[in-house]
Amino acid sequence: MIEFLQQLLNGISLGAIYALLAIGYTLVYGVLRFINFAHADVFMAGAFIGWYGGQFMPSNSIGSGLAVMGMAMVGTALLGMAIERFAYRPLRSAPTLNVLITAIGVSLLLEYSGQKFFGAAPRHFPPLFPRRDFNVGHLTVSSDQLLVIGVTAVLIVLLQTIIYRTRIGTAMRAVSLNPRAASLVGVNNNRIISFTFALGSALAGAGGILYASNYPAIDPLMGVMPGLKAFVAAVLGGIGSIPGAALGGLVLGIVETFVGGSSLSSGKDAFAFAILIVILLFRPSGLLGRMNVEKV
Amino acid sequence: MRLSVVFSAGSEMVHSSHRLALLGTLALGAALMGCRQKSSAPANSIVVGEFASLTGKEATFGQSSNEGLILGIEEANATGGALGKQIHLVVEDDGSTNGEAITIVKKLISRDHVVAVLGEIASGRSLEAAPICQEEKIPMISPGSTNPAVTQKGDYIFRVCFIDPFQGTAMAKFAHDQLHLNRVAVLSSATAPYSAGLAHYFEERFRADGGEIPIEEKYNDGDKDFRAELTAIKAANVQGIFVPGYYSEVGLICAQARELGITAPLMGGDGWESPIMLQLAGAAADNCYYSTHYSPQNTAPNVQSFVKRFQKRWNGETPDAMAALGYDCAGVFVDALKRAGSTDPQALRDAIAATKNYPGVTGVTTIGPDRNAVKPAVIIELEHGESHFLQTVAP
Repeated sequence: MIEFLQQLLNGISLGAIYALLAIGYTLVYGVLRFINFAHADVFMAGAFIGWYGGQFMPSNSIGSGLAVMGMAMVGTALLGMAIERFAYRPLRSAPTLNVLITAIGVSLLLEYSGQKFFGAAPRHFPPLFPRRDFNVGHLTVSSDQLLVIGVTAVLIVLLQTIIYRTRIGTAMRAVSLNPRAASLVGVNNNRIISFTFALGSALAGAGGILYASNYPAIDPLMGVMPGLKAFVAAVLGGIGSIPGAALGGLVLGIVETFVGGSSLSSGKDAFAFAILIVILLFRPSGLLGRMNVEKV
Repeated sequence: MRLSVVFSAGSEMVHSSHRLALLGTLALGAALMGCRQKSSAPANSIVVGEFASLTGKEATFGQSSNEGLILGIEEANATGGALGKQIHLVVEDDGSTNGEAITIVKKLISRDHVVAVLGEIASGRSLEAAPICQEEKIPMISPGSTNPAVTQKGDYIFRVCFIDPFQGTAMAKFAHDQLHLNRVAVLSSATAPYSAGLAHYFEERFRADGGEIPIEEKYNDGDKDFRAELTAIKAANVQGIFVPGYYSEVGLICAQARELGITAPLMGGDGWESPIMLQLAGAAADNCYYSTHYSPQNTAPNVQSFVKRFQKRWNGETPDAMAALGYDCAGVFVDALKRAGSTDPQALRDAIAATKNYPGVTGVTTIGPDRNAVKPAVIIELEHGESHFLQTVAP
């Protein structure tokens, strides 16, 4: 029982990070209908901004931890906007496939320029947040795990508020529903899309910091696997749906952890992807996705 | 995964005009492949190739062995080279990527016409390169691949280090006799042949000594989260954990094990040998032990002299085991080249196979009948963020 609870906790904290990343995929898909593969590398950039920021900040304090996270979020938001402005906007009227391939190009560009500038060897990420382990009975809960779960929850609530309670959120939903109609009623589509990228990338930046504090070895290719898993989580939950992305992330994290702790531990990635296939067979639009026919 | 997404969508989009363009690209590629690139080696020199993981996950292995190799070749050249010629080293980086070794070793052989191939530390990539060298009849010497299968690929494949059965057995004996452990968990990588090999021989010996291995878990190289596996191991109530992986994962495994309240010692092999291991694990690496090829704390005069020369050449850096193996790999090669008297692959192969009592910095090296080096191992203890030479284990 103790082991079960411990694994559940491990799974939720891993899933929370997948959820943060998955929301970024879903947000961009919502307004532009394509998968922004560079998202995983924005996540990596967030971790590296944190690494450089961490050199100037005292370690082990909540204040400096949050400051560095803020710095990474602003940095990645700007990076996301720049990617959108220079790589995707010129292709606004091109077929989605062109944009998709460009996204892969941007992803590789970021990964390998990362290798050039940061070096390929893993670096040790400084402990930004103070760490403590709490023992509840035989259960070990680390402050890092609580932080991941807490920050993710707060950011998701914040995001839902922005989308459903603010003017810019209304505009985002309008662009998502029908870009042409939105621009007819006076929405500046470019500005909204730019804002969406900033929002999604900031979440990736926060995810990068949380991931790096939890698993303190960072390298320029660190985004590849979590990015792939988060993409699966987004599709699993129903791409385009924010609660779906969060749910998908949690499901994936928990499944992966339980398989990882069993005698089938070497097949944990296979299981994660098998679940995707099974769910898509029975619910092609994902767990919480809306069924709609896509025009090709 | 990514590519499959693109291609499945793309196949519908290839119209006839695109097909033409595709044909054109193929034709251009074929034309380019036709013109052979000239090798950059200076005329009248002996060209030897090295492939190493200079970047990527196991970068510190490749960089260290590369620095050792360069020092070895430079020292040989300073004393007149071999066969009256200078030795020219062509270095290629495989980026720690499985599959890449095949391409670059083929390139070394067909484009640079190397007389021998020196390389890899990671067994997985040596296993990829070995069949190619064997087929082309170009001798290959691995500085640090310990998986037994590497030299079984053929009679042109050698190594200057000991092999996993010895390393795994030595650690099992050490765990049982010195640390007095009877219940040990094994956590190994499913994607690294090195790790699987070490785990296998450790288990064999540990069980034969009457020890118990109640739980065995696996991870994939590149994983960052091991809490699931470690939680299961903790529940199994063991006295120690054998983690024969590479440092990028093992560093995180140590940290996460301590965080989950596992205080038992962690043990491993030469895959731990990297400064990054201690950076990642920090205080969590206390009470951990691993076997390796060499320690700079060894007081033997030839080792201390090597440490000084290495530091002079590489900005004061202290050579680790991989650097020492790289240096010995170059040494064994040059020694064999001189004895062979020519660069003929057959003569060179025979000379390497006849290496006897070569005074390497990782111990006196004799190439055995199965083309593996017979030599001792050392056991290192990690404490307070530092490594300490604990003992030598004879073969």
